[in-house]
Amino acid sequence: MRRQIPLAITFICGVVMAIQFFIPHQISQEIYRGALDWQMIIGGFVLVLGIGSLVTHHTGKLKHQRVGWGYSLVTLLSLAVMAIAGLFFGEMASGKPFMQIFIYAQNPIQATMFSLLAFFIASAAYRAFRARSFIATLLLLAAIIVMVGRVPIGAKIWSPIRDISTWLLDYPNMVAKRAIGLGVGLGMISTALKIILGIERSYLGGGK
Amino acid sequence: MNIYEKMMSIDRRILFLLIALSVIIPLLKPLLLPVNVTKEARNLYEFIDKLKPGDVVLLSLDYDPSTMAECHPMALGILRHCFSKGIKVIVTSLARPEGLGTAEMVLTQAVEEYNKKNGEDYVFLGYKPVPGAVILAMGEDFRLAFPADYYGTKLEDLPMMTDIKNYGDIKIVVTFAASAIVDLGWVVYAGGTYGVPIGAGVTAVMATDFYKYLQSGQLVGLLGGLKGAAEYEKLIEHPDMAIKGMDGQNVAHLLIVFFIIIGNIGYFLGKKAKASKGIGG
Amino acid sequence: MSTQIQSEEKGCLRWRITPLVVLIFLVAFCGRIWAQTPGDTLLPSPPSGVTAFDTPNDAGRNITINWELSPDDGKGRNTVMGYDILRSESREGEFVVVGSVVAGISTFQDDKVENHKGYCYKVRAKDHLSSESEVVGPVQASGEWYNTGRTVVLIFVVLFTSLVIFFVNSAKRGKKLYVRPIPGMDAVDEAVGRATEMGRPILYILGLSTISDVATIASLTILGRVAKKVAEFQSKLLVPCYDPIVMTVAQEVVKNSYLDAGRPDAYDEGNIWFLSRSQFAYAAGVNGIMLRERTATNFYLGMFYAESLVLAETGNIAGSIQIAGTDAVAQLPFFITSCDYTLIGEEFYAASAYLSREPKLLGSIKAQDWGKVGLVALIILGGFFASIHFDTFVNLFTVGH
Repeated sequence: MRRQIPLAITFICGVVMAIQFFIPHQISQEIYRGALDWQMIIGGFVLVLGIGSLVTHHTGKLKHQRVGWGYSLVTLLSLAVMAIAGLFFGEMASGKPFMQIFIYAQNPIQATMFSLLAFFIASAAYRAFRARSFIATLLLLAAIIVMVGRVPIGAKIWSPIRDISTWLLDYPNMVAKRAIGLGVGLGMISTALKIILGIERSYLGGGK
Repeated sequence: MNIYEKMMSIDRRILFLLIALSVIIPLLKPLLLPVNVTKEARNLYEFIDKLKPGDVVLLSLDYDPSTMAECHPMALGILRHCFSKGIKVIVTSLARPEGLGTAEMVLTQAVEEYNKKNGEDYVFLGYKPVPGAVILAMGEDFRLAFPADYYGTKLEDLPMMTDIKNYGDIKIVVTFAASAIVDLGWVVYAGGTYGVPIGAGVTAVMATDFYKYLQSGQLVGLLGGLKGAAEYEKLIEHPDMAIKGMDGQNVAHLLIVFFIIIGNIGYFLGKKAKASKGIGG
Repeated sequence: MSTQIQSEEKGCLRWRITPLVVLIFLVAFCGRIWAQTPGDTLLPSPPSGVTAFDTPNDAGRNITINWELSPDDGKGRNTVMGYDILRSESREGEFVVVGSVVAGISTFQDDKVENHKGYCYKVRAKDHLSSESEVVGPVQASGEWYNTGRTVVLIFVVLFTSLVIFFVNSAKRGKKLYVRPIPGMDAVDEAVGRATEMGRPILYILGLSTISDVATIASLTILGRVAKKVAEFQSKLLVPCYDPIVMTVAQEVVKNSYLDAGRPDAYDEGNIWFLSRSQFAYAAGVNGIMLRERTATNFYLGMFYAESLVLAETGNIAGSIQIAGTDAVAQLPFFITSCDYTLIGEEFYAASAYLSREPKLLGSIKAQDWGKVGLVALIILGGFFASIHFDTFVNLFTVGH
């Protein structure tokens, strides 16, 4: 019973929403809008679950002084400060503490994390782009052509490189992505069908 | 360790330091390298340029602080273009809650530059979770997804929104994002289901993903990364942070290529040296 | 003499004709201006061929009105500036304007009607005067129960579902199905064993999407199988989650896997926790875990965005074995350069079936393969027909709104 009910719910909801796609009638649209509304409502409520898990995890680490408990303290303090700033001193309005912390702390930190990509791209490219085989050489050449061709200075160094890099992106790259995309699409449909029809059940917990 | 092995295994901290310098130095001492405009950027620019004063566009600023460096200049460029032509703008932010702050920042900057009035020249709808649901709801009626704007005013009380019901009253939707909201959200739902023209400004790493939509006509135009932002700044003749940032990008790209070449030279010469040692010894 | 007379006559004729020609042009020109000015009493020609019908494939409350352009729209007197569309509830009733379009447009959709109620329409061509078409109707709006524009999608869904059911049943009946080796999944045992030997934990990242994303569900199915191996090898599994709902599902999945492996006592719910819903805060948190815990093996299976390289390179610095799989095509190059094994595209969706070797699941992979064969055949046919400009074939696959 514990598994039958979720499987039945999955089957009914999956089939109903699949059929709904082909029915433009008002009743079908009402069902669809209802499903969307429920998605939006649930999307808001799940944050409560998440915060509960976060607090439990980090207070546990603090209590037992496990390795890295200092970071847990920072996490909990940051959560408290932002919550207090938002709840009691006005949320995202200009000049308010919440907005100030957002603009001067969160924005730069997130932008900094993203900028790590520049460094990691350099180290990954340096390590991975070695002409160890024919295919590796092709990869290396394509990477160099696209990297140089996509910046304005590339055209100054050798003018055809811009057109070659555009051709590489528009044709071989596009073809490969579309091919992978077709496979992914079929895989997604197959996985969704397996779940709706109850063939794949491990997401419920357990193999059988 | 011989010279070839050293060339193949340069400490990554040295690589990181050189990359940092390659970006910082051109910012302090600009090289003023020219920017070429691609067809996809020009298509988006021309579409917006052909709009008339009073036309309404929807800008969805679906990025957050992490991708601000690339998406913010694009969004600002298009806002400036719209406001300078008297085009009215509806702004929303759907991808993440943090995007709300960045959306308000860029909108406030453009509004102050062009002295625009809330409710008459622009409307800021704010953020709602579950972007797919919101995009579809706006196709029926904006009021379904956003009964009031971000500041709490009902949409029917905003003069600009009197004749605006859904995508049928919008000339184009331009989304600025670093996620699948562009294709799985806007292109499929808004463009595919409701037929509204879609433009996109995305991070450089994602730009190649969307060429297929350009080719099929599902995207009107595309701005890719900081370069796309620089192209748009050049087209609207308003150079700003994107054009300034391109110098650093130019040098960094060349530096990475240099590292790759050094690594490969070390690899091949090292292999040769090993082989000749083997033959000799 | 006669030549002189002829020449004089010609000159005289020229003098008479030229002013006449000029006069004709002046009359025509002024007539055009006059026609556009309020003194002009000439009406524009009315539009003709007006038809009104229930807009197809919609939820109702919408009537489409089409007409042929007025002969004075863009041609003829070229005075028509636009059209008004008028509606009444009966042919003799009062008509009100429900919409307007500019010249050159010959269609309008009236979306302010009620279902199953009769409406009559006429179209008015206008310059500074106007003339109306004949009245058409009554016509009623209603919602349709089937969208004919999506028939091709329905056909493909039915075909593919039939294929899946056919191969699953074949597998159930005991037919042996061959699936080519997937190196990333073959390496799972080795990766888990390595972690056990080194006494270091295994890190499993479910991606940065929600439970409604098929990639996340596929990752959860693989997590169940990996968790069972981890339980059998008596190692430690860490699963920091991006989404709270995914976290609750992951906790159930891992708990049941430990139960299946006969090691319920080893299950620790604290090892599967919510980290952050902010993309780079999550990436920073995971990086910290990798570097502090010195994880021996990292699994990146699910939907990833720009943080993929940040995660993979940090794992590289930490010296972990890394197995990645995603359907985010843009992130595949980063995983390929930084990870030891990468599942590309549909290999990721096949991984759960591959690990379990359950016949029913292997059957679905076969269906995917044959579906792909069908798609390739259609692409080849479509390319050929498009090359010879035979559009009928390509148009068969057009999907309506």
